Amino acid sequence: MLFKKINKIYDTDIGYSFFNSKIAIISSTIFLIICLCSVFAGIVAPYNPFDPATVSLMDAFTPPMWSEGGSSSFILGTDQQGRDMFSTMIYGSRISLIVGFSSIIFAMVLGVFLGVTAGYIGGMYEIVVMRLTDVQLTIPSILMALLVYGIARSIISQSMHDEMVMYVLIFAIGISEWPQFARVSRASTLVEKNKEYVSASRIIGLSNILIMFKHILPNILRPILVIATIGLALAIITESTLSFLGVGVPPTTPSLGTLIRFGNNFLFSGEWWITFFPAIFLIVLALSINLLGDWMRDALNPKLKKR
Amino acid sequence: MFSYTFKRLLQAILVMVVVAFVSFSLFNFVGDPVNSMTGEDASDQRRDEVREVLGLNDPVYIQFSRFLGNVVQGDFGISYQLKREVSDLVAERMPATLELVFVSALLAIILGVILGVYTGIHRDSFISNIILVISLAGVSLPTFIIGIMLIYFFSVILGVLPSFGRGEVTDLGFWTTGLLTNSGLKALILPSITLSLFQMTYVIRLVRAEMMEILQTDYIKFAKARGIKTNIINYKHALKNGLIPVITITGINIGTLIAFSIITETVFQWPGMGALFINAVYFVDIPIMSAYMIMVAFIFVLINFIVDITYYFIDPRIRLKEEKG
Repeated sequence: MLFKKINKIYDTDIGYSFFNSKIAIISSTIFLIICLCSVFAGIVAPYNPFDPATVSLMDAFTPPMWSEGGSSSFILGTDQQGRDMFSTMIYGSRISLIVGFSSIIFAMVLGVFLGVTAGYIGGMYEIVVMRLTDVQLTIPSILMALLVYGIARSIISQSMHDEMVMYVLIFAIGISEWPQFARVSRASTLVEKNKEYVSASRIIGLSNILIMFKHILPNILRPILVIATIGLALAIITESTLSFLGVGVPPTTPSLGTLIRFGNNFLFSGEWWITFFPAIFLIVLALSINLLGDWMRDALNPKLKKR
Repeated sequence: MFSYTFKRLLQAILVMVVVAFVSFSLFNFVGDPVNSMTGEDASDQRRDEVREVLGLNDPVYIQFSRFLGNVVQGDFGISYQLKREVSDLVAERMPATLELVFVSALLAIILGVILGVYTGIHRDSFISNIILVISLAGVSLPTFIIGIMLIYFFSVILGVLPSFGRGEVTDLGFWTTGLLTNSGLKALILPSITLSLFQMTYVIRLVRAEMMEILQTDYIKFAKARGIKTNIINYKHALKNGLIPVITITGINIGTLIAFSIITETVFQWPGMGALFINAVYFVDIPIMSAYMIMVAFIFVLINFIVDITYYFIDPRIRLKEEKG
């Protein structure tokens, strides 16, 4: 049964391209492992870094297992509060991934909605939406995210900050990335709009909303998927950057960026591992998604491959 | 020419007005400006006085035009957190950021063009491949990790370069510069490399692609057939056309550099505007936030405007399109 399914996937052009690309296989495996680890953090991680009972300050600044003074109970050493680095990183990647995925989904829904409607309806509405994307694309996404974050923070009352911070982050990063989706989905919609199946749907009297989202949307999913993959890496990096700058998730539930920020304070006193491992982890995570996105762009868009 | 410039100018002004309106709304509708001036426990009478002095009883459009007037004169109000004139704070911090951005842009463009031309001409050489691999790393590594890595290597292990601050600065009255002292220059090395790396890789890729494309065109083939020396073809005929997109990139470059200087300034504790802005976001210091927003928007719009105008002179196609209507 399973074999049959794999064979079926292998027979499609995308499946073929996937199983013949070493980079695609390796990067997707790494990404999958990281995702699984963070989903099952409770099982994978040897300690729960947020449970004060298991954390002892006596263990603080233990170097990694293989270096002098290291202990085999903490594979990658411990941080300034005595938390096991390996466990903290796994739990941290969970937050990075949640924020990354949520914000990219938010950006995708917003961007694709505006893009498809702009392409389909046209007129003044299209001009306004496209001008908006033009203006926003000149502003770097990190700056946009910071501005939205700052504005959102000033609207929300002080006492609510820590509870709302995740949603604010997702909103800020999502807002900073929607124009890409809007551009691509508008361009594809313009192409699809003039095809026969759309005319046919119109003739039989389907509503515009149905035509846009049931008939056109499935046909333009490929380029959107590519943007979403590359955007996910960008969203994760943006989140960790914001957290590194100290305006991201609160230190009680650290993401990878927050861990790097803390570790950075101990670089000079020789505790390199507190910042080194989360940094490597983040790089590997972002790189694996980026490489996967690169492969996808080539596989889903044969036109680009030839160039 | 005139109508083209005028159209661009109108667009630029429109963007600026929108940005100004957003930051004006921040001031007036977010939080209570009276509260932040008087404190929570002021009497009602005192509140009314402040309300009158601030002009909050006037219609919104009068308030907005007054706000615009103030902004044009460089008056952004008083910082909630630091209790000082925002314009003074910005004036203090501006030189540090602009110096960093300027040096980084220079580094990115000069090195980027040289390396891009090299990799474009010597496509498959060993050195080209090394340059391209390093540039791939520059794109995929987050800026702050590059900064931390540089600090660890050059400041912690080797101990040759400072990891924070601007070093010794010279006060020129209106401008403080770190470019005139030894320690100031030394302090500039790591931050400017960190900031420029990302942009540099862009320039390398762009110039490389452009050179490779141009070297395939007919006029280059014709030049070869005429027996012109390869070096002259490469550096005189090809490079000239290859540099056109660099102008656009330079424009976008400087805007992006200013945005990313926020990160670099935090990593290297560089006393610039970015660090000021991050603090403002953290403490919800609205006057500083809106001042930063307006200034960055102004710089962006200005650069885009200059790039558009430069294009008009360089690219005859735009001129033709405009003249046709």
